[in-house]
Amino acid sequence: MIGVGKIKQYTNVLDKPLSRGRQEVSLSAFAFLFSELVQYNQTQVDNIAELERRLEDAGYAVGARVLELLCHREKGNRRETRLLGILSFVHSTVWKVLFGKVADSLEKGTEHEDEYMISEKELLVNRFISVPKDMGAFNCGAFVAGIVKGVLDGAGFPAVVTAHFVPVDGQQRPRTTILIKFAEEVLRRESRLG
Amino acid sequence: MANTACFIIVSRNDIPIYEAEVGSAMKKEEAAQQHQFILHAALDIVEDLAWTTSAMFLKAVDKFNDLVVSVYVTAGHTRFMLLHDSRNEDGIKSFFQEVQELYIKILLNPLYLPGSRITSSHFDTKVRALARKYL
Repeated sequence: MIGVGKIKQYTNVLDKPLSRGRQEVSLSAFAFLFSELVQYNQTQVDNIAELERRLEDAGYAVGARVLELLCHREKGNRRETRLLGILSFVHSTVWKVLFGKVADSLEKGTEHEDEYMISEKELLVNRFISVPKDMGAFNCGAFVAGIVKGVLDGAGFPAVVTAHFVPVDGQQRPRTTILIKFAEEVLRRESRLG
Repeated sequence: MANTACFIIVSRNDIPIYEAEVGSAMKKEEAAQQHQFILHAALDIVEDLAWTTSAMFLKAVDKFNDLVVSVYVTAGHTRFMLLHDSRNEDGIKSFFQEVQELYIKILLNPLYLPGSRITSSHFDTKVRALARKYL
């Protein structure tokens, strides 16, 4: 008869353990999903700044969750209270979990006290994307910039985070730099904490 | 087992996203409001204390008569605050850690807006069960 059978038991997500899960996801699946995300947002906006902002918002939601999850899993429940601490957390732990490798470099800006840069030879999200000339300086790394912003904001270090292409001599594809500019209150608190 | 205990979760923007009276004593209406008032008054102290240490469990932060406020701050600056009269610190720490796991699972839901109220009744049931077990 139709309908006779074992009734499926739905376990609530709160009952399942917070395990490490599968560490690896298919790159092609991710690239496909990300390209669809960009294309969907392209139909919703009419200019580049708005498109970058939408990608950044998408990344922000990821960043907020990544921060809590990684501090619980990897750092054994210790928070970051200092600027350099949170920057090296982003540069190594977050990058390692999301992209499988530590970021290429972390530098302090020379012109301004509140600027820091994380550089990457080829951002994973940009690997399969080519930007047409008429889109100017648009960078899909805005998604990664959003993730970094989500992590920093969540930890209490508000900042403006953007992604830029930096041409490198001798290389055909430019390097990507995530520029982090911290808010005033962060620097004041840092100097107060000594 | 604590006689009175009031547990609230306050988000980064100082908005309470979950509250529960988990003590074993009879609940009185004004007592509940007073408990919430005491916990909110302790928020300033927690804010200062959170930046001085990298540990998550801040023990007794504030006292009121014979009630003690204990706080646990997560990486995203979400504060779990407990107003209680028990002296069992290890039990309270374990309670906070278990609630943190539950909170992370709620947070991982992509449809949950961080900083909004937690409305899941299953979460409520589990928190009360944990309170009975550890407090």
